Amino acid sequence: MMNRDRILHQLTNLGIHFVLLSGALFVIFPFVWMILGSLQTFAETTTATLLPASPQWSNYEASIRAMNGSKPCVFDPLNPLAILERERGCIIVRYFANTIFIGFGTVLGVLTTGTLAGYAFARLRFPGRETLFKILLATMMIPGELTLIPNYVFMVWFPTPESLLATTLGLPGAEAHNWIDTYYAMIIPWIATVFSIFLFRQFFRGIPNELFDAAVLDGASHSRFLVSIVLPLSRPVLITSGLLTFLGSWNALMWPMLVTNSPEMRPIQVGLRSLITEAGTQTQLLLAGATMTIIPIIILYLFFQRWFVEGISTVGIRG
Amino acid sequence: MTESAIAASSAKTRACKERVKYDWIAYIYLAPAIIILTVFHILPAFYAFWISTQGGRIRAFRFIGLDNYINALQAPEFWGALQNTVFYVLGTVPFTIGLGLIVAYLLFQKIRGRGIYRAIYFLPHVISAVASAIVWAWVFNPTGGVANRLLQLLGLPQQAWLLESDGVFKIIGAGLSIQVPGFLQGPSLALVSVMIFAVWQALGFDVIIFLAGLTNINAELYEAGKIDGANGWQLFRHITIPLLAPTIFFLLVISIIGSFQAFNHIYTMNIAASQSLGGPLGTTRTVSIFMFDQLYNQNRAGYATSIAILLSLIIFALTLFQFRFFERGGEGA
Repeated sequence: MMNRDRILHQLTNLGIHFVLLSGALFVIFPFVWMILGSLQTFAETTTATLLPASPQWSNYEASIRAMNGSKPCVFDPLNPLAILERERGCIIVRYFANTIFIGFGTVLGVLTTGTLAGYAFARLRFPGRETLFKILLATMMIPGELTLIPNYVFMVWFPTPESLLATTLGLPGAEAHNWIDTYYAMIIPWIATVFSIFLFRQFFRGIPNELFDAAVLDGASHSRFLVSIVLPLSRPVLITSGLLTFLGSWNALMWPMLVTNSPEMRPIQVGLRSLITEAGTQTQLLLAGATMTIIPIIILYLFFQRWFVEGISTVGIRG
Repeated sequence: MTESAIAASSAKTRACKERVKYDWIAYIYLAPAIIILTVFHILPAFYAFWISTQGGRIRAFRFIGLDNYINALQAPEFWGALQNTVFYVLGTVPFTIGLGLIVAYLLFQKIRGRGIYRAIYFLPHVISAVASAIVWAWVFNPTGGVANRLLQLLGLPQQAWLLESDGVFKIIGAGLSIQVPGFLQGPSLALVSVMIFAVWQALGFDVIIFLAGLTNINAELYEAGKIDGANGWQLFRHITIPLLAPTIFFLLVISIIGSFQAFNHIYTMNIAASQSLGGPLGTTRTVSIFMFDQLYNQNRAGYATSIAILLSLIIFALTLFQFRFFERGGEGA
């Protein structure tokens, strides 16, 4: 009897593994395919070949060159910053630099506004607290599609701070410049989200009152308490919120495509999208480009996998 | 110790007595977030209604009343796009949630290698749509794509996949020598190819959410069920499903909202397959794609905004309906 149960259990387990493994193979095969394809010749990509006869590592160089307007990359040690220009350097470096800069800028903004507002909603007493919070939650219903075009119109209207200053002071040659094709457009509209304010508020409410009372007795102000006690305890919510923001920023496509014109302002996703036009039907070059853009994010994912998963779970439970 | 406790309690009573002891500094803490959200999230939602009454280019707007709405509602492209969007929602949401539930339930059975499985299933979710669309467009490439190679191995006729404007049911029907009437031909094979790609990318998210939901179910319930002699299917049907109802509802609401706005997957697949926006005969043109095309390629910001507003109203109505429906269902259960 026992024996039969055990065999049945083993068989069930085997069945479960079979189903899960088939699913996992389906999920993972496009990645394997991407890497294998990026090493094939063009002829091989048109004949459903699995393994390239000899790996074409030069595809990567060719892909970078295609992004660079068919010119090879140049690095001039005497003028190292020129590498960030398409004409005199290597545009893919600029794509990555833009993406990282925009990503860090957005994360820093989201964490700052989220911490401050979350703390106010969780710990401070002020008139209209509950009403204001409810209004904010209700605005989560506004779909991104609806705000896209008005925001785009704002980008056309808004002057950049430096051009506004220059024209107000009447500096010679000063000209108004709008937010199109600037980092402002890709960072500022995204540095506050209701979702992260909500995450921070929930987390701060969980911090024991005793800690707060003790700090008040020591004569600490809210800002001191926030910086020296609350923030060190908030690593989980900072990491979760930061990672999800960075991921969203890294993968954003529609908005940066709308607000950038020059290659020098493109983040990597827009650069990859342009490569599709530039490299045409050269599948192997597109695959090499795609592989290069996903490697950093896969490394990040492998390191922070647990945080990603926990972050998403929190979304589910609290949402 | 006692002194501080007394002090704390006296501080409390003092706070109770002087009821109006507000932390005015709160408004300074709130200012950055509120300013950004007002300017870039709340104001634009209202401003959209104004833009939707404008004709002409962005720098040369002129008031044209409700003409944009009238034009949109009279355009066959709009209704075609709405139909494609409904196909897209019906073809992705139930499959993603269903498959997600199965995978999560199996993963939950104290299986070895659970962490690795979970990491793999979630991986596509962190990858950008552009990069993955490049591979999937190659998979579905009529010459040299894996999809056709697979059909060949199975002895089935080759397909044009992303280039195919015929409905899937028509194609399946033709294979079985059945003539399928026009209104039953379903989404084009091109749109179905995009749906496969979308399910692939979204699956891991649903798995993670379901796993979180499953963890919250009290294990004693299963023990009690087993003692009562319930088999695996009965446990799943009568304990797991009812207790996961809020999770399923949450996923349903956010997936339907997300799929109605579907843009990235379709746009990137169109581009990666070297097609114009909207795919073969416009059969992958969803409402968002239609809106973007009008804005980006036709420079009709007002018209595009009126489409965005119509879409938002549909999403809003549908979400309200789902909440009503769920409340009623909840009372009945």
